[in-house]
Amino acid sequence: MKPNPSPPRWLDKLLNWLVAPHLREEVLGDIHERYTLRMQRLGERRARQTYWREVLAYVRPRFIRRKPNQYPNPSHTDMLRNYLKIAWRNLTKNKAFSTINIGGLAVGMAVAMLIGLWIHDELSFNNYHQNYGRIAQVRERGIREDGRRYSNTSLPYPLATELKTSYQRFFKHILIANDPEEHILTADQTKLTETGRFIEAGAPEMLTLTMLKGTWAGLQDPHSILLSASTAQALFGNADPMGKHVKINTDMDARVTGVYEDFPHNTEFNGIKFLAPFVLWTSVNPWVKEQQWNNWFLSVYVQLQPGIDFDQVSALIKDIELNKIRNLEGAQKQVASQPQIALLPMSRWHLYGNYYEDDKGPVQMVWLIGLIGAFVLLLACINFMNLSTARSMKRAKEVGIRKAVGSLRGQLVGQFFSESFLVVGLAFVASVLLIHFSLPWFNDIAAKQLTFRWTNLYFWLAGLGFILLTGFVAGSYPAFYLSSFQPVKVLKGTLNSGRLVATPRKLLIVLQFTVSVTLITGTLIVYRQIQHAKNRPIGYDKAGLLLVKQKTADFKGKHELLRSELKNTGVVFDMAESRSSTTGITMWNGGFSRRGTGITCPNGCGTLPVSTEYGQTVGWQFVAGRDFNRAYSSDSAGFIINESFAKLLSLNNRTRTGKETAASLVGETVTWSPGSREARTYTILGVVNDMVALSPYESAIPTVFFLEDNYNWINIKLNPQVSAAEALPKIEAVFKRLIPTVPFDYKFADQEYGAKFAAEERIGKLASVFAFLAILISCLGLFGLASFMAEQRTKEIGIRKVLGASVLNLWGLLSKDFVVLVLIAFLLATPLAYYAMSDWLQKYEYRTELSWWIFAASGAGALLITLLTVSFQSIRAALMNPVKSLRTE
Amino acid sequence: MKRTFLGEFEEVVLLVVAACTEDAYGVIIWEQLQEQTGRSITISAVHATLYRLEEKGYLSSQMGGATAERGGRRKRFFTVTALGSRALLEIQEMRQRLWQAIPQGKLQLIGQ
Repeated sequence: MKPNPSPPRWLDKLLNWLVAPHLREEVLGDIHERYTLRMQRLGERRARQTYWREVLAYVRPRFIRRKPNQYPNPSHTDMLRNYLKIAWRNLTKNKAFSTINIGGLAVGMAVAMLIGLWIHDELSFNNYHQNYGRIAQVRERGIREDGRRYSNTSLPYPLATELKTSYQRFFKHILIANDPEEHILTADQTKLTETGRFIEAGAPEMLTLTMLKGTWAGLQDPHSILLSASTAQALFGNADPMGKHVKINTDMDARVTGVYEDFPHNTEFNGIKFLAPFVLWTSVNPWVKEQQWNNWFLSVYVQLQPGIDFDQVSALIKDIELNKIRNLEGAQKQVASQPQIALLPMSRWHLYGNYYEDDKGPVQMVWLIGLIGAFVLLLACINFMNLSTARSMKRAKEVGIRKAVGSLRGQLVGQFFSESFLVVGLAFVASVLLIHFSLPWFNDIAAKQLTFRWTNLYFWLAGLGFILLTGFVAGSYPAFYLSSFQPVKVLKGTLNSGRLVATPRKLLIVLQFTVSVTLITGTLIVYRQIQHAKNRPIGYDKAGLLLVKQKTADFKGKHELLRSELKNTGVVFDMAESRSSTTGITMWNGGFSRRGTGITCPNGCGTLPVSTEYGQTVGWQFVAGRDFNRAYSSDSAGFIINESFAKLLSLNNRTRTGKETAASLVGETVTWSPGSREARTYTILGVVNDMVALSPYESAIPTVFFLEDNYNWINIKLNPQVSAAEALPKIEAVFKRLIPTVPFDYKFADQEYGAKFAAEERIGKLASVFAFLAILISCLGLFGLASFMAEQRTKEIGIRKVLGASVLNLWGLLSKDFVVLVLIAFLLATPLAYYAMSDWLQKYEYRTELSWWIFAASGAGALLITLLTVSFQSIRAALMNPVKSLRTE
Repeated sequence: MKRTFLGEFEEVVLLVVAACTEDAYGVIIWEQLQEQTGRSITISAVHATLYRLEEKGYLSSQMGGATAERGGRRKRFFTVTALGSRALLEIQEMRQRLWQAIPQGKLQLIGQ
């Protein structure tokens, strides 16, 4: 009999795949039997036709559904308890490893959580205000003469009135406010200097102030004031402040109509200690309402009506300034900057509110810090994986036996995950403790007030998610790798533990050290840049220089008296007045010309009125010419210019040939006719070194100094022989006597100057902390791996020693592998760091160079740390008595 | 004891298994069904019902009897369990009672 022709193969395959395994045999058998019968009765063609129809009829759940596992999951937790017990035994058996594992992971998690808190704080800026989504600040955007796009918060007065008259229907509130400024608050005998703002009456409602006393209507009365809780406490103690009289400066009277909770740290209005009505300010400053489109000095805040969005309104109000000034006399320059009015929503104030529109600094900072946090966590996870896989050889036998007695792969995966979750859970507890103790210190260097949210449900949910994610990421490699061992091979001891297994571990070490070396290099460069800027010659002597702001008109006309009284105390070397402090420029102008040729100041020139002895007081360094002198009355028409201004003059000089020196400029005349004052001709008396008044990272501003009684600051140079502690009470006594209405507040010039480095120093400190942690975590990982390697090669080392290898030989043998890995990491990190840091340095005009030795130093540093870490283990292994090591089994 | 509901097709299949003179397995049962009911039935429906009856406890099965035309695959032989026989008997009794309860002449009237 010829063999039965079988039905189509592919249909059988389909059926095999479709039907549950326990039914396959009989189902296939039955339909094959039927096929054979059919073929005998009806022929092959008909049989085939019915066959595939029959096959298709098996596509139904009853046949597809697989039989449930014969050994279902136990409802009790015996096996889970066993996993935990074994995990615990493994942890306590290798205390050093466990500490490294848990400690490293805890540090990594703590860093990631700290950074998470920091980012949350940055992103939730201002959402203290309930109308957060509806509030915006009106801004003027345009293009500066140097081509950079700007976005200015200071606005001209007519813009605010124009918005109110023509566009009121879009807004619930349009509030004009002046800039935050320090004012003297006087209540009975108590005097305080506090920062506050004058703003229109809708402010408490728009900002949804939390009123502790009084109501949101508190600013309706033109002679009212709202105090923050801390200010109320400072002014009135525990007495009820409501209705009490407060004098603002010396010319404004108000009654307390409310007390609000202080603005929290992460709001734009943080530090505003009182709010007073805008009309109170304009009542004593009538000039405000006379200002035209060429004076930018006010802020305008708006709240939109419901159902209107920011873009819609921005588009409508875009051109209102341009339309007004287009045909204005003398406004060509202003028109050329193409000013456009736009709304900046409150959610973007903090991160996108820069003056330079293209400066993405704050956002990049958030990204960068977030990236670093992710990386540090990644490093910690890598350690965990690395150590676990390194220890896999020790656990391989356990896996083999578990498999041999019937453990399924899924159960082993579960076992390793439960171990991983145990370790991660322990690490989480440790990291929470770490955060608890390091938060005050972190707040200090990051200039934040972060709090740990113990009671926040979302925090704990996030924490749980964090544990699950980290536990999964950290445990996945050992879980899937270890469970894939074949029991026969493992138990026979032929498990391939050669190069293939070591490769991913090496890759992980290279990755770790690449990150670490990059961070070290970055930190070094940040510090170099700060040091470079700190070493910059600043053009004056800031030591022992005291700055006192003239907050009220009471200082006027007392110059000579103050000066002689102060000098009589014997603790003051000299005193002079000036328009701005040495660390700022508060008067900007253009309109210079020389022999009929205009001199363009690219971004404006500083024009600073000073009193005669200013130079002596701050310690000017003359390049050429002489200082102002009381003996010459003609000095009132004299300029002292700085080097940058001198350069501008010689650049603009097209009438002469040859280069002008600073000395040849002395005695030349310059005509100055800014729009706001009459044209006058000045003689250049002297040229001084550039003073670093603004950012120490940018080139100096061309500046002229001249004698004019238009001062805001008093500069006092202390007698170098007298200590500040001794001098200050005497100076204070003089001020108390001569100007009794104003509390004596002073600043040291060197501290003010130092504050200019605060942002960079903060970056430097943060970067160094993270670099330190990254290195620490990498070293922990390296240490663990090195000790494991040494342990694994115990026998080999013993034999080598017996055959005569020296300790040095063995040390080299064990350290070599790691050194090579770190060198590779160094080669990868160098270009990375180079590109990142040269990009960072680009934003500073006055910057350090990226010298090769910085990279070499960080590479050498990483290498040294590696050698120290590895040597501890390798020397210990090399010193071991071979008799002992060869006996171990 | 709460009786498990037995569907009409299930009942017929159970009866066929009980009535089989030789060892009952898929193909035989299917052939018998075709013959007895005259309906066209797919074999997958027979299989599905057999497994369902086994799950309900009316049938038990064991494997055996491989033949060449099955590609050497074994058959699953079904036998009616005690529970299955009782269920069949109960159904029959119930029908009997109902038949006897029909008043005389009524069936003819309806039949006409």
